[in-house]
Amino acid sequence: MSHHIVDFKNVSFRYPDGTEALRGINFRITHGESVGVVGANGAGKSTLLQHMNGCLMPTSGTVTIGDLTLTGKTRREIRKKVGIVFQNPDDQLFMPTVFDDVAFGPLNLGMDEESVRERVRKALSMVHSLDLRDKPPHHLSSGQKSAVAIASVMAMEPDILAMDEPAANLDPKSRRSLITLLKSFRHSKIIASHDLDLILDVCQRCIVIRDGTVVADGPSAEILTNRTLLEENNLELPLSFQRR
Amino acid sequence: MADALLSPAVGTTLWAGTVAVGGYASKKLKAQIDDRMIPLMGVLGAFIFAAQMINFTIPGTGSSGHLGGGMILAILLGPHAAFLVMASVLTVQALFFADGGLLALGCNIWNLGFYPCFLVYPLIYKPLTGGSKNPGRILVASIASAVVALQFGAFSVVMETLLSGKSELPLGAFVLLMQPIHLAIGIIEGFVTAGIINYVRGARPEILDSIAASRPLGAGISLKKVMMTFAVLAAITGGALSWFASTHPDGLEWSVEKIYGRGELPEQKHGIAPVLKDLQEKTAFLPDYNFKPAGNEPKKKEAVPVWPGIEAGTSLAGITGAAIVLGIIVLIGMGIRSFRGRGKG
Amino acid sequence: MTFDEKYFDIGRLDRLSYRDTCVHNLDPRAKVIATMLFLITVISFPKYEVVALAPFFLFPVLLMTIGEIPVRFILKKVIVVSPFAIFIGIFNPLLDTGTVAVISGVPVSGGWLSFLSIILKFTLTISAALLLIATTSFPGVCHALRRLGFPPLFVSQLFFLYRYLFVLMEEAMRMIRARDMRSFGTPGAGIKVFVRLIGILFLRTVDRAERIYYAMLSRGFQGDIPSLKRSRMAAADLAFMAATISFLGVFRFFRITEGIGRVVQGLFA
Repeated sequence: MSHHIVDFKNVSFRYPDGTEALRGINFRITHGESVGVVGANGAGKSTLLQHMNGCLMPTSGTVTIGDLTLTGKTRREIRKKVGIVFQNPDDQLFMPTVFDDVAFGPLNLGMDEESVRERVRKALSMVHSLDLRDKPPHHLSSGQKSAVAIASVMAMEPDILAMDEPAANLDPKSRRSLITLLKSFRHSKIIASHDLDLILDVCQRCIVIRDGTVVADGPSAEILTNRTLLEENNLELPLSFQRR
Repeated sequence: MADALLSPAVGTTLWAGTVAVGGYASKKLKAQIDDRMIPLMGVLGAFIFAAQMINFTIPGTGSSGHLGGGMILAILLGPHAAFLVMASVLTVQALFFADGGLLALGCNIWNLGFYPCFLVYPLIYKPLTGGSKNPGRILVASIASAVVALQFGAFSVVMETLLSGKSELPLGAFVLLMQPIHLAIGIIEGFVTAGIINYVRGARPEILDSIAASRPLGAGISLKKVMMTFAVLAAITGGALSWFASTHPDGLEWSVEKIYGRGELPEQKHGIAPVLKDLQEKTAFLPDYNFKPAGNEPKKKEAVPVWPGIEAGTSLAGITGAAIVLGIIVLIGMGIRSFRGRGKG
Repeated sequence: MTFDEKYFDIGRLDRLSYRDTCVHNLDPRAKVIATMLFLITVISFPKYEVVALAPFFLFPVLLMTIGEIPVRFILKKVIVVSPFAIFIGIFNPLLDTGTVAVISGVPVSGGWLSFLSIILKFTLTISAALLLIATTSFPGVCHALRRLGFPPLFVSQLFFLYRYLFVLMEEAMRMIRARDMRSFGTPGAGIKVFVRLIGILFLRTVDRAERIYYAMLSRGFQGDIPSLKRSRMAAADLAFMAATISFLGVFRFFRITEGIGRVVQGLFA
């Protein structure tokens, strides 16, 4: 099924202040793959993710999602297919209650009230947060907010899920729930994270980014055991591989 | 401004004015706004609210001040958006802090929102800066703007209180109280406003430009509209003041008390008072039952008409009744409380 | 109050507003309208009216007891905002000294009566405003305002403000604490430091707004904040409003308090 393909061809991006964040990124993700994106801070991971639904547009090169090439006009369609969970849940939960936040996406898709309610129920159940439905976001803990942020994206039932540091604020239990949830999500996944153990657990494939380019792309098992490669990129072996 | 100092007439008039301006600003914005302004306005509202809670010490006085926000919002967002943001901040304050009250909210939004956004920003700030980014010029413009805006606001409070008639403060004293204080506050506000703008421009100049680019095009207020509004306001104020003055033969030195005595009488001719008087006469057994003449006190029969504002309810019977009523209310309260307590078990 | 105190104060009122009592479950529109009518009625009393205000305390008392809002909490907040009203009102007894009533031989000046009237009206109106939020929650009030006809743009502005209120206050609090930790005893701080703090907070706010905007776009935002249909007014809500309106009407236009007093006096006469 072609509509789950993510294809970056020679994508470069320069910020208005001149910073070249991406230089000729090339990779292709096919249906059902789960890919980790790792790299040092400032390497370009977040910038890359923001290109996946047109929050940022490449200064050169093409981004193709499914059958659509990313342009100003196709952005809207693409956003229905690609769900991005950003780093800070406070920025993603901007409505007065959890229900409103999770319903925001489906309502913008033009769905009728019954279907919206059903989507919300399903999404919140997926992240075990149905009881938080009527709470205002500022009454939630970090972990709860992260879970609801994920639900708010899942409610749109995207074909491709992209996440930026999903486990950053989570306690071990919530992190474990997140890993379980991600493993159950059958569609394509792209996860940018410093949590190499999570990547190892969830993603079969791993891309290493340095200074805006892809420096390695292969099976996680290979890349995340390559100590030299990791240390060149300000990373370490996953904790589960390190001896005490 | 507080609810307790307002009369329904003044309160609802100011509310009507605020709602009219707010509706106009919303319509204008809705038609032309860039989508990204919507979250920006919201978060900036939260920013102003938080910023207002931070105190700083005013040099030389040792007392603390805080940011008002009307001017800086107008400068950053343009008049329409700024008015809505200021209104939202004041609304949250009224609801969470009960600052003044909900009826006075209409007055507050007018006093603190209308003048900086729709009068001072287009007529004073913009001409004085003339688009220049020179920090010195911005400082001067900010101080002048803040001072004028606050003078208008303070004077409005005086007028609103006066026209409501619940306070005895004479116009002269009230004005002498409010205006100088707000002059000082205005100068401080001007300094702070300019300081923030210049800081932001120094640190990240592109932000001010990008916000300016998202503002509705042609969001400038036409000078003609402003002058017309100004003229209408002046006419109303002038009319009200001259009515006060004309009821007083001396002209120069007048106090609200003297005017008030006159001002009450026209009110009594229509409205609630005569109905009340009627009811009072019907329900009281003996209208002058409770007045005890003591020495030179006015005679019983005259007590009521001499003070038209007071029904004979302020009497021993009234006070007794009040005490009983309050006692009943307290008992009801305590009863409900313990009922709930038992229910929770 | 210090920043910290204000922050926790708002937090407490906010948490109280999400409770589940009969009062909390009334339709927000009913409560908003009832409160506004209450306010107008209270301030419509003439300048010297004191006695007839007594029955109106029933409204806040009922809201507090049925709504389980701590009385001391409300009273404290009323006292905290009273200075302005007291300051203006205190001139009344000083300026209006003519005797206006005589009670058991004691002459009472108009100024004191009007001052007392202001104080009572103040207590009633401020507590009513606080109790509106305490029993309705801010989003509830916003929904009510939208359905009562306020412009949708303004209402969504209120929603956003509320949502990020606590977030920004926390950010500001962190900055103040950092500032205070480096002030070594100098109380407060000068304007220069203040301006820089505010400037930084402003820049962070603008960046945050951008991220929020991206999040909104990512979930399909096209300019209008969507909303679902809300509940209709139930019988309980209409009954509440009818009861409130009758109460207000009866006690505004009939001298019941005084009547009670006369009856009691008659018994003792």
